[in-house]
Amino acid sequence: MTVAPTAANLLPVTADPGPAGDPGRPRFTDRLRGGSTSAWFPYLLVLPLVLILWGYVVQPMLATFFESVGADGAENYASFFSADGVARASLMTSLIISAASVLLCGIVGVAMAFLLKRFSFPGRRLIEAIILVPAALPPLIGAISFQLLYSETGILPRGLQQLFGTAEPVLPFSGIAGVLVVHTFTMYPFFYLSASAALAGMDPSVEEAAYNLGAGRVRVWRTVLLPMLTPALVSASLLVFMTSLASYTAPLLFGVDQTMTMQIYINRTNGDLPMASTYASVLGVVSVLFLLGMRWYEGRRSYRSQSKGVAAHRREITNPFGRWFALGGSVLATAVLLAPVATIALVAFSADGSWTTEVIPSQYTTDNFRTIFTEPRAFTPILNSLQMSLIATVGCVAVGVLIAYAVRRLTFVGRGLLDVAVMLAWALPGTVVAINLISAFSTGNAFSFGQVLIGTFWIMPLAYFVRFLPLVFRSSSATLAQIDPSLEEAARNLGASWWRAFGTVTLRLMLPGVLAGALLAFVHGVGEFVASVLIYTASTAPISVEINNRMYSFEVGTAAAYGMLQVVLIFVVMVVSGRLETGRRSSREAAAWTN
Amino acid sequence: MIDVTLESVSKRFARTGDTAAVDDVDITIGAGEFFTLLGPSGCGKTTTLRMVAGFYFPTSGRIRFGSEDVTRRPPNKRDTGMVFQNYALFPHMSVAQNVAYGLKIRKVRRDESRRRVAEALEQVHLDGYGNRRIDELSGGQQQRVALARALVIRPRTLLLDEPLSNLDAKLREETRVEIRRIQREAGITSIYVTHDQAEAMAMSDRIAVMESGRVQQIGTPQEIYHRPANTFVARFIGRSNVLTLPVVGATADTVTVTLPGGGQTTVAAPADHGLAVGGAALVSIRPEHIGLGVATEPGALSARVTELEFTGMATHLTVDLAGEEVMVAAVDVPDGLTVGDQIGLRLPAHRMWVVRP
Repeated sequence: MTVAPTAANLLPVTADPGPAGDPGRPRFTDRLRGGSTSAWFPYLLVLPLVLILWGYVVQPMLATFFESVGADGAENYASFFSADGVARASLMTSLIISAASVLLCGIVGVAMAFLLKRFSFPGRRLIEAIILVPAALPPLIGAISFQLLYSETGILPRGLQQLFGTAEPVLPFSGIAGVLVVHTFTMYPFFYLSASAALAGMDPSVEEAAYNLGAGRVRVWRTVLLPMLTPALVSASLLVFMTSLASYTAPLLFGVDQTMTMQIYINRTNGDLPMASTYASVLGVVSVLFLLGMRWYEGRRSYRSQSKGVAAHRREITNPFGRWFALGGSVLATAVLLAPVATIALVAFSADGSWTTEVIPSQYTTDNFRTIFTEPRAFTPILNSLQMSLIATVGCVAVGVLIAYAVRRLTFVGRGLLDVAVMLAWALPGTVVAINLISAFSTGNAFSFGQVLIGTFWIMPLAYFVRFLPLVFRSSSATLAQIDPSLEEAARNLGASWWRAFGTVTLRLMLPGVLAGALLAFVHGVGEFVASVLIYTASTAPISVEINNRMYSFEVGTAAAYGMLQVVLIFVVMVVSGRLETGRRSSREAAAWTN
Repeated sequence: MIDVTLESVSKRFARTGDTAAVDDVDITIGAGEFFTLLGPSGCGKTTTLRMVAGFYFPTSGRIRFGSEDVTRRPPNKRDTGMVFQNYALFPHMSVAQNVAYGLKIRKVRRDESRRRVAEALEQVHLDGYGNRRIDELSGGQQQRVALARALVIRPRTLLLDEPLSNLDAKLREETRVEIRRIQREAGITSIYVTHDQAEAMAMSDRIAVMESGRVQQIGTPQEIYHRPANTFVARFIGRSNVLTLPVVGATADTVTVTLPGGGQTTVAAPADHGLAVGGAALVSIRPEHIGLGVATEPGALSARVTELEFTGMATHLTVDLAGEEVMVAAVDVPDGLTVGDQIGLRLPAHRMWVVRP
């Protein structure tokens, strides 16, 4: 180094710099208290998280794979390549349903986004408020409501039959068409949300520049708008494809047996675990490939509007005919969007067994609800669901928050892998998660403390934990990204230990996001069906399984009454989350001040 | 009051591989001194400060507070008060709760804590703001809360990481006077990080100029300005002409050089300049130290004006002096002087100084 020439500025130079990186040799306890600054601290925090993810996500997946290649593994996998086999037909059906779902959801979702974000017409605000309602229903009750509405015995085809006096129900949906209706209604939000976010983030001056340069409306669409929407549409397509592949309740209710998820269920209930594992492995691998593809694509997507610009403008519909048309469309859309919830609510008050060939049930009663709450046997599923979901949620919060912190704030080898492991739990279909847990815990292993978990109570909250951990993780991680890391450093500087700084500052500021994620996990747990149906026992049946059983014994009214409880819980949580969202916004503004 | 010593401190980050963010830095900061780390962004000044605070541990070297080795001590055990660039005020706490945070951790009794918080807020002219929320304060007020929060714990050293960079120009000047006043009153050893050389000059007892992870020079503002150690310091601090001139004579602490356009002059040089007759010396002279006169004046060097910029207080000229481009800043220039005119320059020997490359 250069030292100033004046003698007074010459600095004492110590001859012995000491062995690199090891001056002073602190005691172990000092190191422990050293917290986040010491190089090994991240590993101490991360180790239990890694063990949890390994033990309950990755290792069960491997267990399923080993189960599948066991006795007649080659034969099982070969069946996917034989032209006339069920396996191959199921794979093809699943892929075709998924591709068709992407197409339908894309058309509906993007059209809705453009209509609602680019045009102003009567009824727009109402539709915007309820547009996510069908997708918010729990998977089983959602599918049931569509079955009650649009299947051969459904309200709409029978209503039209009566109206036109035809011999057969009009426009009934069954089989694959029925599955596609459910998928379109419940999955188009992936397209709607990403397309409207992209439209909102798009600088309108880019579009104006194209018009200014002489492009017509069609040309602007083709050359400017669609290319700028491409990243959002690709992400949404991948999501819809994955979700469709994982879909289980729609094929179950519309009787499409030859899909991957249905085959997993059928083989499992027939006792052929190796074959179920083979289906689960194939489905798992496809899902993981989609996850990796999505991460890769999102990593490289590049279009982003540079300027913040003015808010996107809405075109007012002025033509009177157009206005009446738009009004009519809005009324119809509102009816269609609210029909599933309305149907469940209506049927929940119908007397069991009273609804046979009528368009809508003929006898109404409050007995269904009375039965649920007064008959101990009928109330048990509700207790089960609440209890199991609560346990899972507590686990999700403890583990999800720490993983979010580790991934966002700490540097350690394998950080990316930790992130992928959580998202793996998200990418795996519920049926696959269930099969994985069955494969891993039908004998005791280290992660179940040597106990067999299958057939016990604990397998259920464990499955919910694995399925909904990513919800808490993502919500926590998003909030954490808004919090300036120097806040925690300031607390440390003022004398707080890592734990105290984390507790009084970081975690405290993360709270709205953590809570929103926890509520989401809880309500998903209460609505869970897909994994539960494969692993429940008589004493641990949750609400959704009970709904399914009641449907089979033609107690449709009671089934709908249970469903109504799930729906009410979801809407309460949505309102609370909305409140948290505004809370989060204010803390974001606070954070913006300090930036 | 306590002195702070950095002995051969280096920091290498795993992700940047071999290049050191901080490379073999030796600094001794006297008790009660206001010491500034000055340099362009990426020079390692903030990394150095964060090692003193304990947010990074050095790859090698030692850091001492007085005689205590704190090299590997966690940040919460160091008793430093830090003011962050973005203030890092806790948005979920009131002003008073922010200031009291450190006292709470130190288990200071409730009534004493209340008294000290009130005192600290008074010191930064925020009395009565205790119950405000952080987002109700202006940037300047937030900055002062951050200062009060750091000072109220009576830390052994005060660390300031570009605390003025988010304030507008006028407020920045007021605040730097204020920070200096409070620091003097508290008599607290302070380390200040900035990239703004005017701020460093105005506030510091001593400055360490850093570049590429290394200390280029340590000295008082006057020393740094008048006796820059090398061309980097000469050009980073203010504006400077660095002329390459042939050496015609050398002693232990002077060098005699030939000036462009004729004449010789003897200028001061650092003790170990290592220059000999026949070599070339780098001689720095500030634009404002060059005298302006008429071209025919005896002893003046004749130069031609190539650029002229009137800024109000001074006129900035670029002149061609025998093929060398020289910057001149003059308070008073002859009326009607324009580009292309011949003028005379006087280069005072006592304002010239030999710098290293």
